[in-house]
Amino acid sequence: MLFAHPVLERSRVNRKLMEGVRELEGVTVHDLYEVYPTFGIDVAREQALCVEHDVLVFQHPFYWYSAPALIKEWLDLVLEHGWAYGKGGDALRGKLMFNAVTTGGGDDAYHRGGYNRFTMRELLAPFDQTAYLCGLRYLAPFVVHGALRLAGEATAPAVAAYRGLIEAIREERLDLDRAQAAASLAEVET
Amino acid sequence: MSDGILFQAFVYLCAAVVCVPIAKKAGLGAVLGYLVAGVLIGPHVIGLVGTEGHDVMHFAEFGVVMMLFLVGLELQPQLLWKLRRPIVGLGGAQVVVTSALLTGAGMALGFDWRVALAAGMILSMSSTAIVLSTLAERSLLKTGGGQASFSVLLFQDIAVIPILAVFPLLGVAEVVGGGSEHAAAAGDERPAWMTALLVLGAVAGVVAAGRFVVRPAFQFLAAVRLRESFIAAALLLVVAIALLMQEVGLSPALGTFVAGVVLAESEYRHELESDVEPFKGLLLGLFFISVGAQIDFPLIGDEPLTIAGLVVGTMVLKLGVLLALGRFFELDRPARWLLAMSLAEVGEFAFVLISFGVQNHIYGTSVASPLVAAVAISMLLTPFLFVVLERWVLPAVTRDSADARPHDHIEHADTPVVIAGYGRFGQVVGRLLRSIGIQCTVLDLDPEMVDVIGRLGFKVYYGDASRPDLLHAAGCGRARLLVVAVDDPEQAISIVKTVREHFPKLKIFARARDRIQYYELKRHDVAFVHRETFASAYEMGIEALRALGYRGHTANRLARRWRAHEERELDEIAAMWARDEERTTIFARVRRAFQEAERLMRDEDPQVFVDRDAAWDNEALRVDRRPDDDATVPPP
Repeated sequence: MLFAHPVLERSRVNRKLMEGVRELEGVTVHDLYEVYPTFGIDVAREQALCVEHDVLVFQHPFYWYSAPALIKEWLDLVLEHGWAYGKGGDALRGKLMFNAVTTGGGDDAYHRGGYNRFTMRELLAPFDQTAYLCGLRYLAPFVVHGALRLAGEATAPAVAAYRGLIEAIREERLDLDRAQAAASLAEVET
Repeated sequence: MSDGILFQAFVYLCAAVVCVPIAKKAGLGAVLGYLVAGVLIGPHVIGLVGTEGHDVMHFAEFGVVMMLFLVGLELQPQLLWKLRRPIVGLGGAQVVVTSALLTGAGMALGFDWRVALAAGMILSMSSTAIVLSTLAERSLLKTGGGQASFSVLLFQDIAVIPILAVFPLLGVAEVVGGGSEHAAAAGDERPAWMTALLVLGAVAGVVAAGRFVVRPAFQFLAAVRLRESFIAAALLLVVAIALLMQEVGLSPALGTFVAGVVLAESEYRHELESDVEPFKGLLLGLFFISVGAQIDFPLIGDEPLTIAGLVVGTMVLKLGVLLALGRFFELDRPARWLLAMSLAEVGEFAFVLISFGVQNHIYGTSVASPLVAAVAISMLLTPFLFVVLERWVLPAVTRDSADARPHDHIEHADTPVVIAGYGRFGQVVGRLLRSIGIQCTVLDLDPEMVDVIGRLGFKVYYGDASRPDLLHAAGCGRARLLVVAVDDPEQAISIVKTVREHFPKLKIFARARDRIQYYELKRHDVAFVHRETFASAYEMGIEALRALGYRGHTANRLARRWRAHEERELDEIAAMWARDEERTTIFARVRRAFQEAERLMRDEDPQVFVDRDAAWDNEALRVDRRPDDDATVPPP
């Protein structure tokens, strides 16, 4: 799991989510902003981590309708031609990938008529297409809306849902076809 | 006269000091200045020097020897190998064709064939001294034409040996042997095979000594760190080789040239160059002055037409031959003209050969005297020919020729970066650049360091980087960047001052020990100054923050912000320092900067910082948020 939060010390929800799954068996939380504070990504190491795991989760706050800068840097450097895509680029083929994001706006903002005009799946289209090009199976995002309003105990349901989701994937209980088609992983019963 | 030497030195130096700058200012070159100075103080104008001019000249010829040593130092063996075609082909053709034509002309004028042949060979020589120093002075040495001229001159130097061997055979048989006291004639006392063996042995000896004796010796001398001993050793080397070469009947100039080539790849090359250079310059000047002083004006007055005919005839013929050969060897037009006009004169070897001819009774003084006068006049004319060449001929042929192109720059060992001081600081810079494939020339004063780094395959040179000649030799004229990484603050400043004066366009990066030195370096317009311990201390500060629990990214952002503030203050104060503002004003400013920094530190209590940092700030949004506002939280 690729975790990216530039100022974790100020995080309320993301930290709780991350802490909730960090101890799970088979889960590696890779705290990008802590490991690469000056953006000097070790490509070989990242690629080795990818090969070792079957699922790539990008967990991050949803900044400006996308991921924080370091995630973009990670995609730019790590997904090399000939490794992730293109001729001989099949290192990630068949693995799963999804985004786990927290947003400030509510669920209702992410619709045609809503304040943000686009759905979450539409806004995450670059990730979707990146996964497609690399032969990854891209699932619907896990979204915690209105994270600004959440604090303390109020985050508990989201943390539990997230933990449940990760466990279901690990134990292969998740209906992947439905997970791929859904608007949000929250809709897919595990 | 007891004050003879001092008085002579006074006269010679005076003439040089007066005439050379005037000639240079007039665009005529230093060589002509010396020659005119010689004419002026010579026996026929002011008469300050008389017959002893000949002895002075003998001594001053050593300047030519030194010059060829320096030329050799500039030429790596592989470069010499590249020039083999022009040296043997062009040079050989020039000597053979010119000698043959001149001999024919002499015979047509009714001279005995032996006299004509001797004169032909004498007049085919050109002046290494004048041409090489003029080409260097005008930066033409590295052009196609300059290289061709150099190749021909080099061949002529070699050709002197067989010519000296042939002369006794041309003499009237019964008086052969009269020339044995001439050092250069030593060869004729031994059988030819022995001479050849000796010559080969001597050259091999010079090569071997250059490799296995000279380097360790210089290493030892450099470790003593006494500049005089190093200079003395450099001169000793040149003198010793010259002596050895004379002993085996080889031209001393050629011998030192070989030694120079052998040492061209040693790390002491630049140091040798800058040590020998001033002596070469002075001796060469002395040589030109004595050439000027030797011109026999009464004789010219007596036989103006003979001499004029001799000078003009010889020079036109040489010019024609060189132009034709230049075309044959496919030089472009500017190069052809440079070659032809620079080598049209007769050279200093002619003086030696003329007197050698007299000794061998090939001809009498009635032939020798006009020849000497003609040679001297042709040398006097050469600087003028260069002026004509540069002002009129080159622009014309360059404009006309379809194949006109910029001067051919032969490969030069210059590197884009020169690093002065290869201690703990310079090494990091050098190794980083080298890992990316950028070559650096390194100057250092520590002989052991020079040795070690040299063995690792760096271009390292021993020497004091605050000397302009050394900086020049290291290629500062062509480098893109100089990194001053010496640890002594005063030396750093003095290097920077020298570079600013001699290479105003060269970009300088410098290492500063402390703030004061930082201000000083900035005052001298150093593009980039780094306090030597700052970067590593800064890195450690960041690690300390992380050890205290700060997130890596946050620690870095904090440190960067602090550093930006710190450097802004530093540069403002450096600017005040450069404007020479009152010390009290500067001190007040420094005090304010410290107070500011303190305030900044106090504010940087973790919580204060994090909450004041507006980036990714959710708190502000949370407060501002209107109930119906469902915007995603963006960073500001």
